[in-house]
Amino acid sequence: MIRSHFGVIAIAALACVAGCSDDRKAQAPARLTIAIGSVAPLTGGIAHLGKDNENGARLAVEEANAAKIRIDGKETAFELLAEDDQEDAKVGNTVAQKLVDAKVAGVVGHLNSGTSIPASNVYSGANIPMITGSATNPQLTERGLKGVFRVVGRDDQQGPAVANYLVANAKPKVVAIIDDATAYGKGLANEVEKTLKAAGVKVLAREQGTNKTVDWKAVLTKLKGQRPDAVFYGGMDSTAGPLLKQGKELGVNAVYSFGDGACTDKMGEFAGSAADGLLCSQAGIPPQAASKKFLAAYKKRFNIDPILYAPFTYDAANLLIEAMKQANSPDPAKYLPVLQRIDFAGATGRISFDEKGDRKDAEMTIFTLRGGKLSPIAIIKGGKTVNYEDFVAQAAAQTAAQTSGDAAKK
Amino acid sequence: MDIFIQQVINGLTLGAVYAMVALGYTMVYGIIQLINFAHGEVVMIGAMVAFSVIGALAPSGLPPLAIVLVAAGCAVPVCMLIGYAMERAAYRPLRGAPRLAPLITAIGVSIILQHLAMMIWSRNPLAFPQIIKVESYHFAGATITSVQIAILTISLAMMAGLAALVYRTRLGTAMRATAHNPQVAGLMGIDANRIIALTFVIGAALAAVAGVMVASYYGIAHYAMGSQLGLKAFCAAVLGGIGNIPGAMLGGVLLGVVEALGAGYIGDLTGNVFGSNYQDVFAFIVLIAVLVLRPSGLLGERVGDRA
Repeated sequence: MIRSHFGVIAIAALACVAGCSDDRKAQAPARLTIAIGSVAPLTGGIAHLGKDNENGARLAVEEANAAKIRIDGKETAFELLAEDDQEDAKVGNTVAQKLVDAKVAGVVGHLNSGTSIPASNVYSGANIPMITGSATNPQLTERGLKGVFRVVGRDDQQGPAVANYLVANAKPKVVAIIDDATAYGKGLANEVEKTLKAAGVKVLAREQGTNKTVDWKAVLTKLKGQRPDAVFYGGMDSTAGPLLKQGKELGVNAVYSFGDGACTDKMGEFAGSAADGLLCSQAGIPPQAASKKFLAAYKKRFNIDPILYAPFTYDAANLLIEAMKQANSPDPAKYLPVLQRIDFAGATGRISFDEKGDRKDAEMTIFTLRGGKLSPIAIIKGGKTVNYEDFVAQAAAQTAAQTSGDAAKK
Repeated sequence: MDIFIQQVINGLTLGAVYAMVALGYTMVYGIIQLINFAHGEVVMIGAMVAFSVIGALAPSGLPPLAIVLVAAGCAVPVCMLIGYAMERAAYRPLRGAPRLAPLITAIGVSIILQHLAMMIWSRNPLAFPQIIKVESYHFAGATITSVQIAILTISLAMMAGLAALVYRTRLGTAMRATAHNPQVAGLMGIDANRIIALTFVIGAALAAVAGVMVASYYGIAHYAMGSQLGLKAFCAAVLGGIGNIPGAMLGGVLLGVVEALGAGYIGDLTGNVFGSNYQDVFAFIVLIAVLVLRPSGLLGERVGDRA
C-alpha cells in the first residue's frame, strides 16, 4: 500500500514537472484524485491469481497516470486501493463496504464468482460500478443489478462454443451427453445438446451420474452399444477423470469433451494417458493471447508474465478510466451510462457490453491435453472459430498496426 | 449380448469389492451384534495410506508391482491398528450397554476418521498414481482389464483364506463359539475380548485391501469415499444375511451385478424416465426389499433379533 501511494504521488509529481504549461498555471491547485478499488484474494490457496488480478489493474492505473489524463479540466491522479477478500464471501462483503466508505469511483473485481455475487449487492447499493475480470457465474449479471459488468465470458456461453467446435472439427454423427446432475453440469450439458441438435447432430438419450460418481462403467458400457463418435460430459475433473479413463478402457472410442470444470491439468493425473486428446473449454482467452503491448508492459513493470486473468483486470480498470474520461467526470451517475455503451479496444480485444453488463461476443478458448498439460488450440469469438496460433498472430498484427498508426499521427 | 457380458463383468468386479467390505460388517455383527458404521472409513484409510506410500516410492525406481505390494503391505497393518484401536477405545467400554449406544459411537468414530483423513490428505480428490500399465483383454466383444482380473483373483483368494480361517482353524472355532454364545465360550476358556478384537483386526485387513483395490480401479481417492462404499457393503451384508460369512460374499457379488445391470438397463426398461443416475439407489432398494420380504437375508437362518 505504502509503495503504491508513493508511486502515484511520484508519478503525479513527475507529470506536473514535465507537463505543467503556462495556461495550466492559472488553475494549478485544481487537482483531482480518483480512487479505484481492486479486490481479489491476496492470501490463501489462489493468492498468486489474486496478485495477478491486482497487477493488471495496477498497470492500467499507472499508465493512466503517466498519460496525464485531464478530467473535468483538472489534472487527475488515479489511485488503486487493493483489498484482500481471502476468497471468502463474508470478508469480500466487508472489504466491499470498506471501499464504499473510502468513496472509490469504481471497482475492479472480485476474482471469484462466490465473492463477486454477494459483493455486487454492496456496490450496486452504493451506486458504484464494478467490473470483474474473472467471475464467470451467470448469476452475477442475471439479477438486474445496476452497474455490474464483466469482461470475461459466462459459463453458459461455453456450451455453444465447445459444441460448435466439436461439430466443426470432430464432425460427429452421434453424440452421447452425460452430466453430473448439478446446476452447473446439467446446465452446461443442456446448452451443448441444444447447439448440437441445431447443427443436425444426433444426440443420444441423456445419461446422468452425480457429482460423486466414480463408477461410470455401467453407463459407458451402455453407450458402447450405441457407438457415439463423441462424448460430452458436464461436470468437474474429479468425476470426469474416472469417466474418461473407464471410457477408454472399455473401448468407447470417441472424442471426449468437457466444460471448464474438467478443463484442468488434473485431468491428466486422474485419467493418465487416456486424457491425451480430450477437448475442453474455458471462458476468456489464455494470457499469452493478450495484446503484445500489454504483455511487454506487464513483464517490464512486474518482471513476471501474467498468470491468468491479468489482461482482463487490466482492461476492466482501463474501461473505468476511459468511461470517466469520456464522461469527463468520476461521478458514477455521469460515467455509468458511458460505460454501458462503451466501445473499447482492450488487451483482450474489442469490448462492449450488453444490457445485462456481460461482454458482447466474449471469447471462449478450446483446449486439448497433450502429455499431461493443457494447451490452447482455438479461440471462439462471436460464433467464429480461430486457430489459436492465428489468433495470437492476428492480435500481434493489430497491435503493430495500432502502434504504427499512433506513430503516424505523431 | 456383448453389452450384457460387459455389464456382468463390471458388476462382478464391483461386487468383489463389496463382498470384501461386507465381510467386515458381517463378522463384527456376527460376534457382538454391532453394525460398525466406521468400517467404510477404514477402507478409505487403506486407500489413502497406499496413496501416500506409492507417491513416496514412485520416484525410487523400484518395479511398479513391488511398489504396489509395499503400499498394500503398509495399508494393511495401519488399518489393522485402527481396527484394534477402534474396538478398544470406542466399543469395548460399551460392551454391556444397550445396543443403540455402540451404534451411535460407531457413527462418531466414522466422523472422526473421516475428518482426520481430511486433515492429513486434504479435502481435494487425489489422483491415485497409475504406475502399473493397465492391459485390456477382449473376449466375446467384452473387455476386461488387468486391474479387474487382479481384483477378482485377490478377493477370491482372500475370501477363500478367510473361510479356511473361520472353518478350519482353532481360532476360527473360537470365533464361531464366541459368536454363538460369548458367556459359554468364556466358560470354555476362550478369551472373548481377544477374539472380538481379532475379528475387528481381520475385518480391517480385508477393508485395507479393498481400499487399495477400489482406488486403483477408479484411479481416484477422496476422504469421503468410504461412506457410500460402506453403506453399500452394509446392504450387501444384509442381503446375504447379516452375521453370515458366506452370505456376505454372495450378497456383495449379487449387489454388484444388480447395480451394474440395473444402471445399464433401467433407461431402456422405463423409456428413459429413470436414468443411470439411479445406479446408487439399487443397493438401497435391495436393502428395503430384503428387510420387508426376507429379514434374515438369503443365507441367514436365525430370524430372532435381526435387523
